[in-house]
Amino acid sequence: MEYSMGIFRWVHFMAGVMWIGLLYYFNFVQVAGLKAAAADGTATGISKHIAPRALLYFRWSAVVTWLAGAALLGPRFVPAFTLQPEAAFIGIGAWLGTIMLFNVWVLIWPNQKKILGMVSASDDEKNKARRVAFLASRTNTMLSIPMLFFMGAGVHGF
Amino acid sequence: MKNPLDSLWGTVIAGLVLTVVLYVFANNFLIGG
Repeated sequence: MEYSMGIFRWVHFMAGVMWIGLLYYFNFVQVAGLKAAAADGTATGISKHIAPRALLYFRWSAVVTWLAGAALLGPRFVPAFTLQPEAAFIGIGAWLGTIMLFNVWVLIWPNQKKILGMVSASDDEKNKARRVAFLASRTNTMLSIPMLFFMGAGVHGF
Repeated sequence: MKNPLDSLWGTVIAGLVLTVVLYVFANNFLIGG
């Protein structure tokens, strides 16, 4: 049991670093980089070769992070998600992570498929998809700040 | 009013504010309540 918890924690951390690392890459680097690249006509390389790969690891590392986190909670899963006093901090972190996972799979990924041309969409649909995916990604960046605080505080106290 | 999420620093500041709000909420209504 102790060994499995150690493995779940390790996997949770590694996948979480990949997920949030790629989220920060999108928000701190790629959004501004694509804008600059579009201005000098070099955006195709990013949207064709980099963004799809980054999105692949992004969305699946989100799933692995959540599953390993749920396994790590073990018997504290229900107390955490019902925000019981003894698991309130980790519960807030878990809820924020769950909302972020929802945003990845329901708002970011389906709209990115339209933006990157993986599914057919009109120019108007692409423009709407661009705005929804952007705001969902920025929302996740905002939520990651309290999420990481409460994940840390839930385990180590504050 | 401009959406703070349109700016990177607006996003970071909104995240910090949300952290404080949730911390006060948890201490007063979940743990201490």
